[in-house]
Amino acid sequence: MNNKLSRAARIEQNWGWFMVAPTIIGLIVLNVWPFIQTIYASFCEHLGFGHYQFIGIGNYVNMFQNAEFWRATGNTLLFCVLTVPVGMFLSLLVAVMLNAKVKFKGGFRTIFFLPMVCAPAAVTMVWRWIFNGDYGILNQLFGIHVAWVTDPKVALVSCAVVAIWSAIGYDAVLLLSGLQNISKSYYEAASIDGASKVTQFFKITLPMVSPTLFVTMIMRLMASIKVYDLIYMMVEETNPALTNVQSLIYLFYRESFIAGSRGSGSAIAVWTVLIIGVATLFQFWGQKKWVNYEV
Amino acid sequence: MNTKSFERSQKMGKFITYAALVFGSIIMIFPFVWMILTSSKTVSESIQIPPTILPQQFMLDNFVDAVNSLPFVNMYFNTIMMIIFRVIFAVVFSSMAGYAFAKLKFKGKNLLFGIVLMQMMLPSQIFIIPQYQMVAKLGLANSIAGLVFPGLVSAFGTFFLRQAYLGIPNEVGEAAFLDGCNQWQTFTKVMFPLTSSSVAALTVFTAVFAYSDLMWPLVVNSDLNMMTLSSGLANLRGQFTTNFPVLMAGSLLAMLPMVALYLFFQRQFIEGIAMTGGK
Repeated sequence: MNNKLSRAARIEQNWGWFMVAPTIIGLIVLNVWPFIQTIYASFCEHLGFGHYQFIGIGNYVNMFQNAEFWRATGNTLLFCVLTVPVGMFLSLLVAVMLNAKVKFKGGFRTIFFLPMVCAPAAVTMVWRWIFNGDYGILNQLFGIHVAWVTDPKVALVSCAVVAIWSAIGYDAVLLLSGLQNISKSYYEAASIDGASKVTQFFKITLPMVSPTLFVTMIMRLMASIKVYDLIYMMVEETNPALTNVQSLIYLFYRESFIAGSRGSGSAIAVWTVLIIGVATLFQFWGQKKWVNYEV
Repeated sequence: MNTKSFERSQKMGKFITYAALVFGSIIMIFPFVWMILTSSKTVSESIQIPPTILPQQFMLDNFVDAVNSLPFVNMYFNTIMMIIFRVIFAVVFSSMAGYAFAKLKFKGKNLLFGIVLMQMMLPSQIFIIPQYQMVAKLGLANSIAGLVFPGLVSAFGTFFLRQAYLGIPNEVGEAAFLDGCNQWQTFTKVMFPLTSSSVAALTVFTAVFAYSDLMWPLVVNSDLNMMTLSSGLANLRGQFTTNFPVLMAGSLLAMLPMVALYLFFQRQFIEGIAMTGGK
Protein backbone atom coordinates (compact mmCIF):
# COMPACT_ATOMS: atom_id res chain seq x y z
CA MET A 1 0.00 0.00 0.00
CA ASN A 2 1.17 3.48 -0.80
CA ASN A 3 1.94 5.22 2.46
CA LYS A 4 1.99 8.65 0.93
CA LEU A 5 -1.47 9.94 0.16
CA SER A 6 -1.99 11.68 -3.13
CA ARG A 7 -2.32 15.45 -3.02
CA ALA A 8 -6.08 15.31 -3.57
CA ALA A 9 -6.55 12.70 -0.83
CA ARG A 10 -4.48 14.78 1.56
CA ILE A 11 -6.58 17.86 0.88
CA GLU A 12 -9.72 15.80 1.40
CA GLN A 13 -8.38 14.52 4.71
CA ASN A 14 -7.60 18.04 5.90
CA TRP A 15 -11.09 19.20 4.97
CA GLY A 16 -12.53 16.21 6.83
CA TRP A 17 -10.65 17.06 10.02
CA PHE A 18 -11.47 20.74 9.69
CA MET A 19 -15.18 20.09 9.25
CA VAL A 20 -15.59 17.68 12.16
CA ALA A 21 -13.34 19.75 14.43
CA PRO A 22 -15.96 22.05 16.02
CA THR A 23 -18.28 19.13 16.80
CA ILE A 24 -15.56 16.81 18.07
CA ILE A 25 -13.85 19.47 20.20
CA GLY A 26 -17.26 20.47 21.55
CA LEU A 27 -18.18 16.89 22.37
CA ILE A 28 -14.88 16.28 24.12
CA VAL A 29 -15.20 19.42 26.23
CA LEU A 30 -18.96 19.20 26.88
CA ASN A 31 -19.50 15.46 27.10
CA VAL A 32 -16.46 13.16 27.14
CA TRP A 33 -14.59 15.09 29.81
CA PRO A 34 -17.72 15.69 31.97
CA PHE A 35 -18.54 11.98 31.70
CA ILE A 36 -15.13 11.08 33.10
CA GLN A 37 -15.44 13.79 35.74
CA THR A 38 -18.84 12.51 36.87
CA ILE A 39 -17.52 8.98 37.26
CA TYR A 40 -14.54 10.31 39.22
CA ALA A 41 -16.77 12.57 41.34
CA SER A 42 -18.91 9.57 42.27
CA PHE A 43 -15.86 8.33 44.23
CA CYS A 44 -15.34 11.71 45.86
CA GLU A 45 -16.78 13.97 48.47
CA HIS A 46 -17.71 17.45 47.27
CA LEU A 47 -16.02 20.03 49.49
CA GLY A 48 -17.83 22.95 47.87
CA PHE A 49 -17.02 25.30 44.99
CA GLY A 50 -16.17 22.43 42.66
CA HIS A 51 -13.43 20.94 44.87
CA TYR A 52 -13.48 17.18 45.37
CA GLN A 53 -11.68 14.78 47.69
CA PHE A 54 -11.27 11.12 46.77
CA ILE A 55 -13.02 8.84 49.27
CA GLY A 56 -13.28 5.51 47.41
CA ILE A 57 -16.58 3.68 47.24
CA GLY A 58 -18.12 5.53 50.19
CA ASN A 59 -20.85 7.20 48.12
CA TYR A 60 -21.93 3.88 46.68
CA VAL A 61 -21.94 2.18 50.10
CA ASN A 62 -24.12 4.96 51.51
CA MET A 63 -26.32 4.90 48.46
CA PHE A 64 -26.97 1.16 48.64
CA GLN A 65 -27.85 1.47 52.33
CA ASN A 66 -30.23 4.35 51.73
CA ALA A 67 -33.94 3.45 51.69
CA GLU A 68 -34.85 6.62 49.79
CA PHE A 69 -32.47 5.61 46.98
CA TRP A 70 -33.99 2.14 46.63
CA ARG A 71 -37.43 3.70 46.76
CA ALA A 72 -36.46 6.06 43.90
CA THR A 73 -35.12 3.12 41.88
CA GLY A 74 -38.37 1.26 42.51
CA ASN A 75 -40.44 4.33 41.59
CA THR A 76 -38.53 4.72 38.33
CA LEU A 77 -39.02 1.08 37.36
CA LEU A 78 -42.68 1.15 38.38
CA PHE A 79 -43.14 4.32 36.34
CA CYS A 80 -41.73 2.48 33.29
CA VAL A 81 -44.02 -0.50 33.88
CA LEU A 82 -47.02 1.82 34.21
CA THR A 83 -46.29 4.00 31.19
CA VAL A 84 -44.51 1.95 28.51
CA PRO A 85 -46.92 -0.95 27.86
CA VAL A 86 -50.12 1.11 28.16
CA GLY A 87 -48.59 3.99 26.22
CA MET A 88 -47.43 1.69 23.42
CA PHE A 89 -50.81 -0.03 23.21
CA LEU A 90 -52.75 3.25 23.01
CA SER A 91 -50.29 4.82 20.55
CA LEU A 92 -50.54 1.80 18.27
CA LEU A 93 -54.33 1.96 18.50
CA VAL A 94 -54.35 5.64 17.53
CA ALA A 95 -51.87 5.01 14.71
CA VAL A 96 -53.94 2.14 13.29
CA MET A 97 -57.10 4.27 13.38
CA LEU A 98 -55.35 7.20 11.71
CA ASN A 99 -54.01 4.83 9.06
CA ALA A 100 -57.55 3.74 8.13
CA LYS A 101 -59.59 5.73 5.62
CA VAL A 102 -60.98 8.39 7.96
CA LYS A 103 -61.93 12.01 7.34
CA PHE A 104 -60.16 14.83 9.21
CA LYS A 105 -57.10 12.61 9.53
CA GLY A 106 -54.85 15.68 9.63
CA GLY A 107 -57.02 17.31 12.27
CA PHE A 108 -56.94 14.29 14.54
CA ARG A 109 -53.20 13.99 14.09
CA THR A 110 -52.73 17.66 15.00
CA ILE A 111 -54.81 17.23 18.16
CA PHE A 112 -53.07 14.08 19.39
CA PHE A 113 -49.66 15.58 18.73
CA LEU A 114 -50.40 18.87 20.53
CA PRO A 115 -48.86 18.02 23.96
CA MET A 116 -45.53 17.45 22.23
CA VAL A 117 -45.07 21.18 21.52
CA CYS A 118 -46.15 22.27 25.00
CA ALA A 119 -43.48 22.46 27.68
CA PRO A 120 -44.02 19.74 30.32
CA ALA A 121 -43.81 22.53 32.90
CA ALA A 122 -46.96 24.12 31.42
CA VAL A 123 -49.10 21.04 30.79
CA THR A 124 -48.30 19.51 34.17
CA MET A 125 -49.68 22.65 35.78
CA VAL A 126 -53.17 22.07 34.37
CA TRP A 127 -53.05 18.38 35.29
CA ARG A 128 -52.27 19.34 38.89
CA TRP A 129 -55.41 21.45 38.77
CA ILE A 130 -57.54 18.70 37.20
CA PHE A 131 -56.21 16.21 39.76
CA ASN A 132 -56.56 18.60 42.74
CA GLY A 133 -58.06 16.65 45.64
CA ASP A 134 -60.33 19.39 46.98
CA TYR A 135 -61.57 21.29 43.94
CA GLY A 136 -60.24 19.39 40.93
CA ILE A 137 -62.69 18.74 38.11
CA LEU A 138 -61.91 15.01 38.04
CA ASN A 139 -63.17 14.42 41.58
CA GLN A 140 -66.14 16.77 41.03
CA LEU A 141 -67.11 15.01 37.84
CA PHE A 142 -67.22 11.55 39.38
CA GLY A 143 -68.25 12.63 42.88
CA ILE A 144 -65.21 11.01 44.45
CA HIS A 145 -62.59 12.30 46.83
CA VAL A 146 -59.15 11.04 45.87
CA ALA A 147 -56.02 13.06 46.60
CA TRP A 148 -54.52 12.27 43.19
CA VAL A 149 -51.38 14.34 43.68
CA THR A 150 -50.72 14.09 47.43
CA ASP A 151 -51.78 10.54 48.34
CA PRO A 152 -48.54 8.49 48.32
CA LYS A 153 -50.43 5.46 47.00
CA VAL A 154 -51.84 7.07 43.86
CA ALA A 155 -49.55 10.01 43.02
CA LEU A 156 -47.25 7.92 40.83
CA VAL A 157 -50.23 6.61 38.88
CA SER A 158 -51.37 10.21 38.30
CA CYS A 159 -47.91 11.08 36.98
CA ALA A 160 -48.05 8.04 34.70
CA VAL A 161 -51.39 9.19 33.29
CA VAL A 162 -49.93 12.58 32.41
CA ALA A 163 -46.86 10.93 30.87
CA ILE A 164 -48.98 8.64 28.69
CA TRP A 165 -51.27 11.51 27.68
CA SER A 166 -48.22 13.60 26.69
CA ALA A 167 -46.52 10.92 24.62
CA ILE A 168 -49.39 9.23 22.74
CA GLY A 169 -49.37 11.63 19.79
CA TYR A 170 -45.61 11.53 19.32
CA ASP A 171 -45.38 7.75 19.47
CA ALA A 172 -48.45 7.40 17.25
CA VAL A 173 -46.87 9.58 14.56
CA LEU A 174 -43.72 7.42 14.63
CA LEU A 175 -45.79 4.23 14.41
CA LEU A 176 -47.97 5.72 11.68
CA SER A 177 -44.93 6.17 9.44
CA GLY A 178 -44.18 2.48 9.98
CA LEU A 179 -47.76 1.50 9.14
CA GLN A 180 -47.74 3.55 5.95
CA ASN A 181 -44.81 1.50 4.67
CA ILE A 182 -46.86 -1.71 4.70
CA SER A 183 -47.91 -2.55 1.17
CA LYS A 184 -51.69 -2.50 0.56
CA SER A 185 -51.41 -5.70 -1.46
CA TYR A 186 -51.00 -7.78 1.71
CA TYR A 187 -54.37 -6.60 2.99
CA GLU A 188 -56.05 -7.08 -0.40
CA ALA A 189 -54.77 -10.65 -0.57
CA ALA A 190 -55.89 -11.33 3.00
CA SER A 191 -59.37 -9.88 2.29
CA ILE A 192 -59.79 -12.13 -0.71
CA ASP A 193 -58.89 -15.09 1.48
CA GLY A 194 -61.61 -13.97 3.87
CA ALA A 195 -59.39 -12.93 6.78
CA SER A 196 -61.18 -10.68 9.27
CA LYS A 197 -59.83 -7.25 10.25
CA VAL A 198 -58.72 -8.64 13.59
CA THR A 199 -56.85 -11.51 11.96
CA GLN A 200 -55.29 -9.08 9.50
CA PHE A 201 -54.09 -6.94 12.40
CA PHE A 202 -52.36 -9.83 14.17
CA LYS A 203 -51.07 -11.61 11.05
CA ILE A 204 -50.05 -8.63 8.91
CA THR A 205 -50.01 -5.30 10.73
CA LEU A 206 -48.32 -6.33 13.95
CA PRO A 207 -45.45 -8.35 12.45
CA MET A 208 -44.85 -5.76 9.73
CA VAL A 209 -44.80 -2.80 12.11
CA SER A 210 -42.75 -4.59 14.78
CA PRO A 211 -39.37 -3.02 13.84
CA THR A 212 -40.87 0.49 14.19
CA LEU A 213 -42.65 -0.57 17.36
CA PHE A 214 -39.35 -1.79 18.75
CA VAL A 215 -37.52 1.49 18.06
CA THR A 216 -40.40 3.55 19.47
CA MET A 217 -40.55 1.36 22.55
CA ILE A 218 -36.80 1.68 23.22
CA MET A 219 -37.06 5.45 22.96
CA ARG A 220 -40.07 5.53 25.27
CA LEU A 221 -38.34 3.28 27.80
CA MET A 222 -35.21 5.47 27.80
CA ALA A 223 -37.31 8.59 28.30
CA SER A 224 -39.24 6.91 31.13
CA ILE A 225 -36.09 5.88 32.98
CA LYS A 226 -34.85 9.47 32.72
CA VAL A 227 -38.18 11.01 33.77
CA TYR A 228 -37.77 14.17 35.79
CA ASP A 229 -39.54 17.34 34.65
CA LEU A 230 -43.05 15.98 34.77
CA ILE A 231 -42.69 14.50 38.28
CA TYR A 232 -40.81 17.58 39.47
CA MET A 233 -43.64 19.86 38.34
CA MET A 234 -46.35 17.54 39.66
CA VAL A 235 -44.88 16.76 43.07
CA GLU A 236 -43.00 19.58 44.79
CA GLU A 237 -40.49 18.90 47.55
CA THR A 238 -42.99 19.56 50.34
CA ASN A 239 -45.54 17.11 48.95
CA PRO A 240 -46.11 14.19 51.40
CA ALA A 241 -46.03 11.80 48.44
CA LEU A 242 -42.49 12.86 47.43
CA THR A 243 -40.57 9.74 48.48
CA ASN A 244 -43.20 7.49 46.89
CA VAL A 245 -42.99 9.31 43.58
CA GLN A 246 -39.53 10.76 43.05
CA SER A 247 -37.60 9.18 40.21
CA LEU A 248 -33.86 8.56 40.20
CA ILE A 249 -33.17 11.72 38.23
CA TYR A 250 -35.37 13.76 40.57
CA LEU A 251 -33.34 12.39 43.49
CA PHE A 252 -30.18 13.16 41.53
CA TYR A 253 -31.32 16.76 41.07
CA ARG A 254 -32.18 17.22 44.75
CA GLU A 255 -28.96 15.57 45.91
CA SER A 256 -26.68 17.47 43.50
CA PHE A 257 -28.24 20.90 43.28
CA ILE A 258 -30.50 21.36 46.32
CA ALA A 259 -28.42 19.50 48.94
CA GLY A 260 -25.17 20.23 47.11
CA SER A 261 -23.76 16.71 47.60
CA ARG A 262 -22.38 16.40 44.11
CA GLY A 263 -20.38 13.26 44.92
CA SER A 264 -23.37 11.18 45.91
CA GLY A 265 -25.40 12.90 43.16
CA SER A 266 -22.84 11.65 40.64
CA ALA A 267 -23.14 8.13 42.05
CA ILE A 268 -26.91 8.25 41.38
CA ALA A 269 -26.26 9.43 37.81
CA VAL A 270 -23.82 6.56 37.22
CA TRP A 271 -26.37 4.11 38.63
CA THR A 272 -29.03 5.47 36.25
CA VAL A 273 -26.70 4.98 33.29
CA LEU A 274 -26.17 1.36 34.39
CA ILE A 275 -29.93 0.80 34.55
CA ILE A 276 -30.36 2.26 31.08
CA GLY A 277 -27.60 -0.01 29.78
CA VAL A 278 -29.15 -3.12 31.31
CA ALA A 279 -32.64 -2.18 30.06
CA THR A 280 -31.30 -1.68 26.53
CA LEU A 281 -29.50 -5.03 26.58
CA PHE A 282 -32.69 -6.74 27.73
CA GLN A 283 -34.67 -5.12 24.94
CA PHE A 284 -32.21 -6.14 22.26
CA TRP A 285 -32.09 -9.65 23.67
CA GLY A 286 -35.89 -9.83 23.84
CA GLN A 287 -36.49 -8.44 20.37
CA LYS A 288 -35.46 -11.73 18.73
CA LYS A 289 -38.66 -13.21 20.10
CA TRP A 290 -41.06 -10.74 18.53
CA VAL A 291 -39.49 -8.31 16.07
CA ASN A 292 -39.78 -9.36 12.46
CA TYR A 293 -37.02 -8.19 10.11
CA GLU A 294 -37.87 -10.50 7.22
CA VAL A 295 -39.33 -8.03 4.77
CA MET B 1 -69.73 -14.32 1.40
CA ASN B 2 -72.78 -12.33 2.40
CA THR B 3 -72.12 -8.84 1.05
CA LYS B 4 -74.83 -7.15 3.10
CA SER B 5 -73.52 -8.31 6.44
CA PHE B 6 -70.00 -7.50 5.26
CA GLU B 7 -71.04 -3.94 4.44
CA ARG B 8 -72.80 -3.64 7.76
CA SER B 9 -69.75 -4.77 9.70
CA GLN B 10 -67.63 -2.31 7.67
CA LYS B 11 -69.96 0.54 8.61
CA MET B 12 -69.91 -0.59 12.21
CA GLY B 13 -66.10 -0.57 12.16
CA LYS B 14 -66.07 2.95 10.70
CA PHE B 15 -68.43 4.14 13.38
CA ILE B 16 -66.34 2.65 16.18
CA THR B 17 -63.18 4.17 14.71
CA TYR B 18 -64.71 7.66 14.57
CA ALA B 19 -66.20 7.34 18.05
CA ALA B 20 -62.84 6.29 19.48
CA LEU B 21 -60.96 9.08 17.68
CA VAL B 22 -63.44 11.72 18.83
CA PHE B 23 -63.35 10.40 22.39
CA GLY B 24 -59.55 10.40 22.34
CA SER B 25 -59.48 13.93 20.91
CA ILE B 26 -61.74 15.17 23.70
CA ILE B 27 -59.35 13.74 26.29
CA MET B 28 -56.40 15.34 24.49
CA ILE B 29 -58.05 18.74 24.18
CA PHE B 30 -59.87 18.94 27.49
CA PRO B 31 -56.87 19.99 29.65
CA PHE B 32 -56.21 22.91 27.30
CA VAL B 33 -59.87 23.99 27.32
CA TRP B 34 -59.95 23.73 31.09
CA MET B 35 -56.79 25.78 31.31
CA ILE B 36 -58.33 28.56 29.19
CA LEU B 37 -61.62 28.51 31.11
CA THR B 38 -59.95 28.54 34.52
CA SER B 39 -57.61 31.37 33.55
CA SER B 40 -60.62 33.71 33.40
CA LYS B 41 -62.13 32.75 36.76
CA THR B 42 -61.64 34.38 40.13
CA VAL B 43 -60.06 32.21 42.81
CA SER B 44 -63.37 31.92 44.64
CA GLU B 45 -65.15 30.90 41.45
CA SER B 46 -62.47 28.35 40.66
CA ILE B 47 -63.02 26.54 43.98
CA GLN B 48 -66.79 26.78 43.91
CA ILE B 49 -68.72 23.52 44.44
CA PRO B 50 -70.32 22.46 42.19
CA PRO B 51 -67.82 23.94 39.74
CA THR B 52 -68.85 26.34 36.99
CA ILE B 53 -67.91 25.32 33.49
CA LEU B 54 -67.83 28.72 31.78
CA PRO B 55 -66.33 31.63 33.71
CA GLN B 56 -68.87 34.15 35.02
CA GLN B 57 -67.00 36.93 33.27
CA PHE B 58 -64.23 37.27 30.77
CA MET B 59 -61.34 38.93 32.52
CA LEU B 60 -57.62 39.38 32.17
CA ASP B 61 -56.82 39.99 35.86
CA ASN B 62 -55.07 36.63 36.24
CA PHE B 63 -52.85 37.36 33.27
CA VAL B 64 -51.97 40.72 34.81
CA ASP B 65 -51.13 38.98 38.09
CA ALA B 66 -48.97 36.42 36.30
CA VAL B 67 -47.09 39.09 34.33
CA ASN B 68 -46.61 41.16 37.50
CA SER B 69 -45.17 38.21 39.42
CA LEU B 70 -42.85 36.95 36.70
CA PRO B 71 -40.75 38.87 34.16
CA PHE B 72 -42.50 37.34 31.16
CA VAL B 73 -40.86 39.68 28.66
CA ASN B 74 -37.42 38.55 29.85
CA MET B 75 -38.51 34.93 29.87
CA TYR B 76 -39.73 35.12 26.28
CA PHE B 77 -36.54 36.86 25.25
CA ASN B 78 -34.28 34.36 27.04
CA THR B 79 -36.17 31.40 25.62
CA ILE B 80 -36.10 32.78 22.07
CA MET B 81 -32.39 33.61 22.25
CA MET B 82 -31.57 30.20 23.66
CA ILE B 83 -33.55 28.54 20.86
CA ILE B 84 -32.05 30.69 18.09
CA PHE B 85 -28.44 30.12 19.18
CA ARG B 86 -28.92 26.41 19.82
CA VAL B 87 -30.52 25.99 16.39
CA ILE B 88 -27.77 27.94 14.62
CA PHE B 89 -24.99 25.99 16.34
CA ALA B 90 -26.71 22.65 15.80
CA VAL B 91 -27.37 23.31 12.11
CA VAL B 92 -23.98 24.80 11.19
CA PHE B 93 -21.67 22.47 13.11
CA SER B 94 -23.77 19.34 12.54
CA SER B 95 -24.02 20.02 8.82
CA MET B 96 -20.26 20.36 8.54
CA ALA B 97 -19.56 17.26 10.60
CA GLY B 98 -22.40 15.28 9.05
CA TYR B 99 -21.08 16.03 5.56
CA ALA B 100 -17.53 15.09 6.48
CA PHE B 101 -18.58 11.84 8.17
CA ALA B 102 -20.74 10.87 5.21
CA LYS B 103 -18.67 11.96 2.23
CA LEU B 104 -15.01 12.55 3.08
CA LYS B 105 -12.20 10.11 3.78
CA PHE B 106 -9.95 10.98 6.71
CA LYS B 107 -7.93 9.19 9.34
CA GLY B 108 -9.69 8.47 12.64
CA LYS B 109 -13.15 8.82 11.15
CA ASN B 110 -14.62 5.75 12.85
CA LEU B 111 -13.13 6.58 16.23
CA LEU B 112 -14.42 10.16 16.05
CA PHE B 113 -17.86 8.98 14.99
CA GLY B 114 -17.78 6.66 18.00
CA ILE B 115 -17.64 9.74 20.24
CA VAL B 116 -20.81 11.02 18.55
CA LEU B 117 -22.60 7.72 19.13
CA MET B 118 -21.44 7.55 22.74
CA GLN B 119 -22.88 10.97 23.53
CA MET B 120 -26.22 9.96 22.02
CA MET B 121 -26.50 6.86 24.18
CA LEU B 122 -25.81 8.55 27.51
CA PRO B 123 -28.49 10.51 29.38
CA SER B 124 -27.77 14.24 29.52
CA GLN B 125 -27.84 14.23 33.34
CA ILE B 126 -24.51 12.40 33.49
CA PHE B 127 -22.85 15.54 32.06
CA ILE B 128 -24.79 18.17 33.92
CA ILE B 129 -22.76 18.69 37.13
CA PRO B 130 -19.39 19.20 35.36
CA GLN B 131 -21.10 21.33 32.69
CA TYR B 132 -22.53 23.52 35.42
CA GLN B 133 -19.12 23.80 37.08
CA MET B 134 -17.59 24.91 33.77
CA VAL B 135 -20.28 27.52 33.24
CA ALA B 136 -19.81 28.80 36.78
CA LYS B 137 -16.03 28.96 36.36
CA LEU B 138 -16.38 30.87 33.10
CA GLY B 139 -18.64 33.33 34.89
CA LEU B 140 -21.52 32.49 32.56
CA ALA B 141 -24.11 31.52 35.17
CA ASN B 142 -27.24 33.65 34.81
CA SER B 143 -26.65 34.49 31.17
CA ILE B 144 -27.98 33.57 27.73
CA ALA B 145 -24.60 32.00 26.96
CA GLY B 146 -25.08 29.75 29.98
CA LEU B 147 -28.46 28.60 28.67
CA VAL B 148 -26.99 27.81 25.23
CA PHE B 149 -23.85 26.11 26.59
CA PRO B 150 -24.75 22.37 26.43
CA GLY B 151 -26.25 22.96 22.97
CA LEU B 152 -23.09 24.34 21.37
CA VAL B 153 -22.68 21.09 19.48
CA SER B 154 -25.22 18.41 18.75
CA ALA B 155 -24.27 14.75 18.54
CA PHE B 156 -27.79 13.86 17.49
CA GLY B 157 -27.75 16.57 14.79
CA THR B 158 -24.46 15.20 13.46
CA PHE B 159 -25.81 11.66 13.36
CA PHE B 160 -29.07 12.81 11.76
CA LEU B 161 -27.50 14.99 9.06
CA ARG B 162 -24.91 12.33 8.28
CA GLN B 163 -27.87 10.12 7.34
CA ALA B 164 -29.16 12.90 5.08
CA TYR B 165 -25.79 13.24 3.30
CA LEU B 166 -25.48 9.47 2.95
CA GLY B 167 -28.75 9.60 1.01
CA ILE B 168 -27.26 11.91 -1.63
CA PRO B 169 -25.47 9.96 -4.43
CA ASN B 170 -21.70 10.47 -4.59
CA GLU B 171 -22.02 11.46 -8.25
CA VAL B 172 -23.57 14.78 -7.22
CA GLY B 173 -20.46 15.80 -5.34
CA GLU B 174 -18.15 14.44 -8.03
CA ALA B 175 -19.93 16.46 -10.70
CA ALA B 176 -19.52 19.64 -8.64
CA PHE B 177 -15.86 18.79 -8.12
CA LEU B 178 -15.32 18.38 -11.88
CA ASP B 179 -17.02 21.74 -12.42
CA GLY B 180 -14.21 23.28 -10.40
CA CYS B 181 -15.76 23.51 -6.92
CA ASN B 182 -13.38 22.83 -4.03
CA GLN B 183 -14.52 20.74 -1.05
CA TRP B 184 -15.97 23.74 0.79
CA GLN B 185 -17.87 25.03 -2.26
CA THR B 186 -19.16 21.53 -3.01
CA PHE B 187 -20.48 21.41 0.52
CA THR B 188 -22.01 24.89 0.81
CA LYS B 189 -23.26 25.42 -2.74
CA VAL B 190 -24.30 21.94 -3.82
CA MET B 191 -24.71 19.47 -0.96
CA PHE B 192 -26.03 21.62 1.90
CA PRO B 193 -29.04 22.95 -0.08
CA LEU B 194 -30.03 19.35 -0.87
CA THR B 195 -30.52 18.59 2.83
CA SER B 196 -33.03 21.39 3.46
CA SER B 197 -35.85 19.11 4.65
CA SER B 198 -33.54 17.42 7.15
CA VAL B 199 -32.22 20.79 8.32
CA ALA B 200 -35.83 21.93 8.83
CA ALA B 201 -36.52 18.78 10.84
CA LEU B 202 -33.43 19.32 12.98
CA THR B 203 -34.48 22.95 13.55
CA VAL B 204 -37.93 21.94 14.80
CA PHE B 205 -36.48 19.16 16.94
CA THR B 206 -33.82 21.41 18.52
CA ALA B 207 -36.29 24.24 19.14
CA VAL B 208 -38.97 22.07 20.76
CA PHE B 209 -36.52 20.28 23.01
CA ALA B 210 -34.71 23.47 24.06
CA TYR B 211 -38.09 25.03 24.86
CA SER B 212 -39.20 22.03 26.95
CA ASP B 213 -35.91 21.61 28.79
CA LEU B 214 -36.31 22.20 32.50
CA MET B 215 -33.35 20.94 34.52
CA TRP B 216 -30.55 22.83 32.80
CA PRO B 217 -32.29 26.26 32.90
CA LEU B 218 -33.18 25.66 36.56
CA VAL B 219 -29.61 24.76 37.44
CA VAL B 220 -27.71 27.36 35.45
CA ASN B 221 -29.87 30.48 35.76
CA SER B 222 -31.21 31.09 39.25
CA ASP B 223 -31.87 34.81 38.66
CA LEU B 224 -35.57 35.25 37.89
CA ASN B 225 -34.78 37.71 35.09
CA MET B 226 -32.62 35.14 33.32
CA MET B 227 -35.08 32.24 33.45
CA THR B 228 -36.70 30.55 30.50
CA LEU B 229 -40.45 30.06 30.21
CA SER B 230 -40.15 26.52 31.63
CA SER B 231 -38.01 27.34 34.64
CA GLY B 232 -40.00 30.53 35.26
CA LEU B 233 -43.20 28.49 35.45
CA ALA B 234 -41.60 26.22 38.05
CA ASN B 235 -41.01 29.39 40.03
CA LEU B 236 -44.59 30.59 39.58
CA ARG B 237 -45.78 27.27 41.01
CA GLY B 238 -43.93 28.08 44.22
CA GLN B 239 -45.44 31.57 44.45
CA PHE B 240 -49.08 30.68 43.76
CA THR B 241 -49.39 27.18 45.18
CA THR B 242 -53.19 27.09 45.21
CA ASN B 243 -54.14 30.08 43.08
CA PHE B 244 -54.90 27.97 40.04
CA PRO B 245 -56.42 30.74 37.87
CA VAL B 246 -53.10 32.63 37.94
CA LEU B 247 -51.13 29.41 37.38
CA MET B 248 -53.33 28.64 34.37
CA ALA B 249 -52.87 32.15 32.98
CA GLY B 250 -49.10 31.86 33.37
CA SER B 251 -49.00 28.44 31.72
CA LEU B 252 -51.10 29.73 28.83
CA LEU B 253 -48.73 32.66 28.31
CA ALA B 254 -45.79 30.25 28.31
CA MET B 255 -47.41 27.85 25.85
CA LEU B 256 -48.97 30.27 23.42
CA PRO B 257 -46.04 31.15 21.12
CA MET B 258 -45.03 27.55 20.48
CA VAL B 259 -48.62 26.38 20.01
CA ALA B 260 -49.26 29.25 17.57
CA LEU B 261 -46.15 28.30 15.57
CA TYR B 262 -47.27 24.68 15.63
CA LEU B 263 -50.73 25.47 14.31
CA PHE B 264 -49.23 27.49 11.44
CA PHE B 265 -46.58 24.93 10.54
CA GLN B 266 -48.27 21.69 11.59
CA ARG B 267 -46.91 19.62 8.75
CA GLN B 268 -43.30 20.79 9.26
CA PHE B 269 -43.57 20.19 13.00
CA ILE B 270 -45.08 16.73 12.82
CA GLU B 271 -43.02 15.49 9.90
CA GLY B 272 -39.88 17.06 11.31
CA ILE B 273 -40.29 15.34 14.63
CA ALA B 274 -41.36 12.08 13.01
CA MET B 275 -38.23 12.21 10.83
CA THR B 276 -35.91 12.88 13.75
CA GLY B 277 -37.68 10.29 15.88
CA GLY B 278 -37.46 7.55 13.30
CA LYS B 279 -33.72 7.40 13.72
